[in-house]
Amino acid sequence: MNPILEVKNLVKHYGSVVAVDGVSFALDQGVCFGLLGPNGAGKTTTIEVVEDVILPTSGEIFYKGRPRTPSFREEVGIQFQSTALLNFLTVRETLQTFKSFFMQTASIQELVELCRLDEFLDQYNDKISGGQRQRFLLALALINQPELLFLDEPSTGLDPQARRNLWDLIQDIKAEGKTIILTTHYMEEAQFLCDEVAIMDYGKIISQGTPDALIRQHSRSSTVVMPRERFTPKTDDFPLPVRTVKDRVEIKTDDVNQCLEQLIAYGIDLSDMTVRSPNLETVFLNLTGRQLRE
Amino acid sequence: MRLKRLWAILKARNLEFFRDKSAFGWNFIFPFLLVAGFGIIFGGKAYTEYKIGVFPAESAQIPMAALDIPQRFKEMNHLKFIGFQNAAEGLRKLKHQRIDFLLKIGQEPHQYWVSDSSPKGYVVEQMFKASLIPPDSQPNAEKKEIQGSAIRYIDWLFPGILAMNMMFSALWGVGYVVVRYRKNGVLKRLKVTPLTAFEYITAQAISRIFLLMFTLMVVWTGCDLIFSFDVQGSYLDLFFVFFLGSLSLTSLGLVLASRGTSEEFTTGILNFISWPMMFLSEVWFSMEGAPAWVKTFAKIFPLTHMLTAARKVMHEGAGLIQISPEIIVLSLMTLGFLGLGASLFSWNR
Repeated sequence: MNPILEVKNLVKHYGSVVAVDGVSFALDQGVCFGLLGPNGAGKTTTIEVVEDVILPTSGEIFYKGRPRTPSFREEVGIQFQSTALLNFLTVRETLQTFKSFFMQTASIQELVELCRLDEFLDQYNDKISGGQRQRFLLALALINQPELLFLDEPSTGLDPQARRNLWDLIQDIKAEGKTIILTTHYMEEAQFLCDEVAIMDYGKIISQGTPDALIRQHSRSSTVVMPRERFTPKTDDFPLPVRTVKDRVEIKTDDVNQCLEQLIAYGIDLSDMTVRSPNLETVFLNLTGRQLRE
Repeated sequence: MRLKRLWAILKARNLEFFRDKSAFGWNFIFPFLLVAGFGIIFGGKAYTEYKIGVFPAESAQIPMAALDIPQRFKEMNHLKFIGFQNAAEGLRKLKHQRIDFLLKIGQEPHQYWVSDSSPKGYVVEQMFKASLIPPDSQPNAEKKEIQGSAIRYIDWLFPGILAMNMMFSALWGVGYVVVRYRKNGVLKRLKVTPLTAFEYITAQAISRIFLLMFTLMVVWTGCDLIFSFDVQGSYLDLFFVFFLGSLSLTSLGLVLASRGTSEEFTTGILNFISWPMMFLSEVWFSMEGAPAWVKTFAKIFPLTHMLTAARKVMHEGAGLIQISPEIIVLSLMTLGFLGLGASLFSWNR
């Protein structure tokens, strides 16, 4: 199958600053692709070059196997990280205005139902809550029935309920067969939504694959955690490496069964023990480091 | 270009303007207040009144019948008499320019005081002296009537205020608003839709011109009810002049709107253009007698040509043929500004 979007060796310079440094990836139809990275890694610049908002310094972008033409804008849906909209228009009027810009459009009623907009449909577009706003911006991005949807940090600033709500919505959109490219720095979000992820740092993709493959490749160890007072032996006597962090101990292991057998053999009470499986966050921190960036 | 897209953005812009009650109201109230204010200041008699202090008098308000001063001076127009108890009190007011002339009540020989540095005092002194000349020895001079009615200052000022209001509304309503939308990312959101830059700026221009014409008619009607303006030429020609002028000013607004994301910088540029235009385009006062280079410089402003044409139609009854030079210049300026604005326009820079 030909990829719906293909980016080859994309470079973007701002003066002497290299924001994007040779990024390449390809997206098959119907996948949800996550672009992850710390703040300033070049995610938004990459996505905005692909969206045709800013021009690349060099590199090639192919949509359905061809360079993008003016009709690209008819076929893609875009949600920016932060967007202001035309003032003094209600949510309904804003949807109607944007609907008029496109040839092929979705029914506003269907979008209202899909994105659950009915309770604030007649309010001004700047007088709605953060969660409502993100659902509304998503509806706006879907107004032209796009095949390819760009979501730039869609859940930033949302509370946990609103975020879960938005994820369910994105899952529904995915189920319709749309291709989604999203940027995020929430690893849980990427693990929940994305079929494939690329981790970016300093303008480059440093690792790419399915979330499970990345976890297997970069972080196989699980972590067994328990309160410090439960761990009775001396840490140096225990056959596995033990780390004390504040009032708890952490034991890294590639074989959880073996670790548990050892703990039982030492007569340790396991009542308050937890096992942390490796996740995308562990991979992310292993790859990009723990130091503060900004 | 697709009309559906143009119409959608035009409708959105108009809704925005009409729903922003404060900005909407101010567009009508501001010119009306200016005209009404200047009507009161220059239209009433307060401006040309000369203040004559007289003493001794018991109070400031004195009955005219009982005032013992030359009869013909008492009957002259534009004089207001104020009573003082003694000479010292009157002289203090005269020194501080609170009155123009001080006269002692009583018959000949008359005594008066006047400040040599006061032009109004000098005029009153001459009026007083003239009132003492017996009627049969008046100098030989014949008064001739002005043909037709003379133009009142308010008639002259009114088109200036309307045009000035149009200029501010066109430059700020397009220039500033578009720059603000570029700064807060609205234009970036529109850029990623099929809406073209041409459709967007055309909608902005049409919306503003519609608003300017609507404001013009409302303010004109309101002010005309109060001041009864005398229009010598055709209303249709006058409307055309204002329409062409607003087209030209809105196009200039589009040039300013074409680039920039800093509201502060755009404010500076808007002031830099609008203030000289306001003072040199004969909005407030005539440039008759100004140095030739200033008059020539003023011709770079569309407002100058719009006002010249509007005043010719209004006060001299000129038709489109007589104002064709202004029409040609305004049309060329509009085309130039539109071309420049369209070629410079950027959605996000």
